[in-house]
Amino acid sequence: MDLKYTPEEESFRAEVRAFLEAELPADIRTRMRLGRRIAKADLTRWQKILHGRGWGAVMWPARFGGAGWNVVQQHIFEEERADIGAPPQNAFSLRMLAPVLMNFANAAQQEYFLPRIITGEDWWCQGYSEPGSGSDLASLRTSALRQGDHYVVNGQKTWNTLGQYADWMFCLVRTGSEGRPQQGISFLLIDMKSPGIRIKPITMLDGEHEINEIWFDDVHVPVQNLVGEENKGWTYAKFLLTHERTNNAGIGNCKRALKKLKEIASRQTANGRPLLEDSRFRDRIVQVELELMALEITNLRVLSATADESRTLGPEVSVLKIKGSEIQQTLAELQMQALGPDALPYLREALDMDWVADPRFAGHYAPYAPPLTGHYFNMRKTTIYAGSTEIQKNIISQMILGL
Amino acid sequence: MDFNYSNEQTALRDTLQRFIDREYDFERRRELAQSVLGYSAEGWARFAEFGLLSLPFPEEFGGFGGKTVDIMLVMELIGRGLLLEPYSSTVVMCGGLIRDAGSPSVKQSLLPRIGTGEIKLALACYEASARYDLAQVNCTAASGGGGWRLTGQKTVVLDAPSADYFLVSARSGAGDAREISVFLVGREAQGVSLLAYPTQSGGRAGDLRLDDVWVGPDALIGAPGEGLDIVERAVDLGAAALCAEAVGIIAALNEATLNYLKTRKQFGVPIGKFQALQHRMADMFIAAEQARSMAILAAVYADSADAAERRRSVSAAKAYIGQAGRLVGQQSVQLHGAMGVVDDVIVSHYFKRLTMIELTLGDTDFHLGRFAATLMS
Repeated sequence: MDLKYTPEEESFRAEVRAFLEAELPADIRTRMRLGRRIAKADLTRWQKILHGRGWGAVMWPARFGGAGWNVVQQHIFEEERADIGAPPQNAFSLRMLAPVLMNFANAAQQEYFLPRIITGEDWWCQGYSEPGSGSDLASLRTSALRQGDHYVVNGQKTWNTLGQYADWMFCLVRTGSEGRPQQGISFLLIDMKSPGIRIKPITMLDGEHEINEIWFDDVHVPVQNLVGEENKGWTYAKFLLTHERTNNAGIGNCKRALKKLKEIASRQTANGRPLLEDSRFRDRIVQVELELMALEITNLRVLSATADESRTLGPEVSVLKIKGSEIQQTLAELQMQALGPDALPYLREALDMDWVADPRFAGHYAPYAPPLTGHYFNMRKTTIYAGSTEIQKNIISQMILGL
Repeated sequence: MDFNYSNEQTALRDTLQRFIDREYDFERRRELAQSVLGYSAEGWARFAEFGLLSLPFPEEFGGFGGKTVDIMLVMELIGRGLLLEPYSSTVVMCGGLIRDAGSPSVKQSLLPRIGTGEIKLALACYEASARYDLAQVNCTAASGGGGWRLTGQKTVVLDAPSADYFLVSARSGAGDAREISVFLVGREAQGVSLLAYPTQSGGRAGDLRLDDVWVGPDALIGAPGEGLDIVERAVDLGAAALCAEAVGIIAALNEATLNYLKTRKQFGVPIGKFQALQHRMADMFIAAEQARSMAILAAVYADSADAAERRRSVSAAKAYIGQAGRLVGQQSVQLHGAMGVVDDVIVSHYFKRLTMIELTLGDTDFHLGRFAATLMS
């Protein structure tokens, strides 16, 4: 047992840090620090910079153009990435779809799609949930009927994240009605420019446009865009969800949020003293810090066990997903509560890059304050998406505990 | 012991409930929240008609002599309907403050005009960096020119944009920082400026700036130097009202969530068939009952002449309901799944309002601390 980083790993960390310090554009860094809106152009610009350094996909094996790093290196990169405030990369493309393509797609698909992901050329979104199929995903009804060399897709997807930016969607469709519902599902890659796709924004509780409803009306998809075998999509879908949930632990983001929370609590005041000195509030910060310390090591234990690629990720990632999402929520809650009455104003324009606080704000409204309440509201999604906490607990009790 | 409402109280509740059912549905509420005014001017006029705006005032000033228990009944419906009108600011806190501390002539000049809906008021009692401490006041009132000159800033003044008058706490003694007095300041007075903004739960607030604002001698409400007690009492009335508002929201959220558990099907059955969710819903039911009990406690003792008893009860209720509201709010969202985090379903609006209630007029930590302090005395 040794929890210390080796000298090689420490120098690797320094190398990563130096690169991020030098190359992360200042405007993006400021937006991230202040919690302002991030545009697609910011994200693709950053992806191209990373790609230029050979770090466009640090979690991919080298044979697919990835950095070929081990789990500790990936962990270090993610920690430094979050700490400096570089935007997260598109997880739908890099962390969710890509492992499916690497494991189940044919060579032509891999050669076409993977490089376009790593360069930032293609933006991918996910077509999983439907109005009647959330936790019970296998009941999905969007249909794909084979007609010659095309599938004709009809149906509706919902809770689609950032599909308004997407060039492509990986989509679960029903191609068969025999047997259990899981058996008739296929995994299709759909060009978002295809005729017959209609996308409608859903406003979330924080007032922002992050998710969409999407309708398919006789959308023609070439059969070569089927991944793996027809009616085997559920296997790929579950494989993808396992990868998604690992990512959901979000250790780096949590560490950064904890650091920010402490900064906020040292700047806000209570009874004429920094809020951080208020024992009631400080103990709640400490409580979530302990949870995060435990999760960081649990996360490394789970990832290390799969480092040799001989074992695949299993139901234990549900532990990471549950704890990671709860910690993110608690941190967002404490950041908001640290503001006290300053959490009340709703300043939508304050999420724009060029916003500066009106001097008439009596000097009390800190630059970090405006996004925090909306962020708390928004973070409620984390225990709902990617398989709700309740579904994760079912997985643990059934798959691990055998109950 | 009697936990029942009287016939008059029931009739008042029915009247207000009918108004909300007919004229204040969720769509209307959303339109109002996005309008310039931020609430319904017609609704305010109807409140006056119903007698709500003079409910807690003595009969000699055109009121009904109502108690905070009557206010509770109104606030519960305001919560359930997510009403945006500045009722708590104008009637409960400022009206209550004037009723409890004003001179006969001040009461005579203001309370009847509040009751008819002619004027609205906002309580300006918090300052930057003071968090929820009413005693931390840097705004000053210097006597001079036959009256007072006020200078300073007040932050997150609830319902400030619609107010015709502000009740402002200010330091009126040269030496003792705790020598605080309350002043009535007109919105249009020279030197008054306001930065208005919406709040996270659809209401309105603002930061108030007073630059050498002159007010006459009759603007002083209550005796000089007694302002802290006066404001604290008014804020306690407001906190008791917020507790009742939260109880209304909690009940509405539990109804909506229970209905969702019975109707939303996954895996071939209503999700309410799953025991994990049944127990969660049972916890939310328990929280609602306990919260209601605490809101009753706060309402009854908010009127107590014994300040220690009042502080203890109101803080107990506000701290308890802050936590109960957080549980019910968060779990209602969770049990609704993605339907709980979208803007066009009412659940998220209830959740946001409960969240803001917890952070208004003292958060849970503040009231836990205030309650704990009573153990020492």
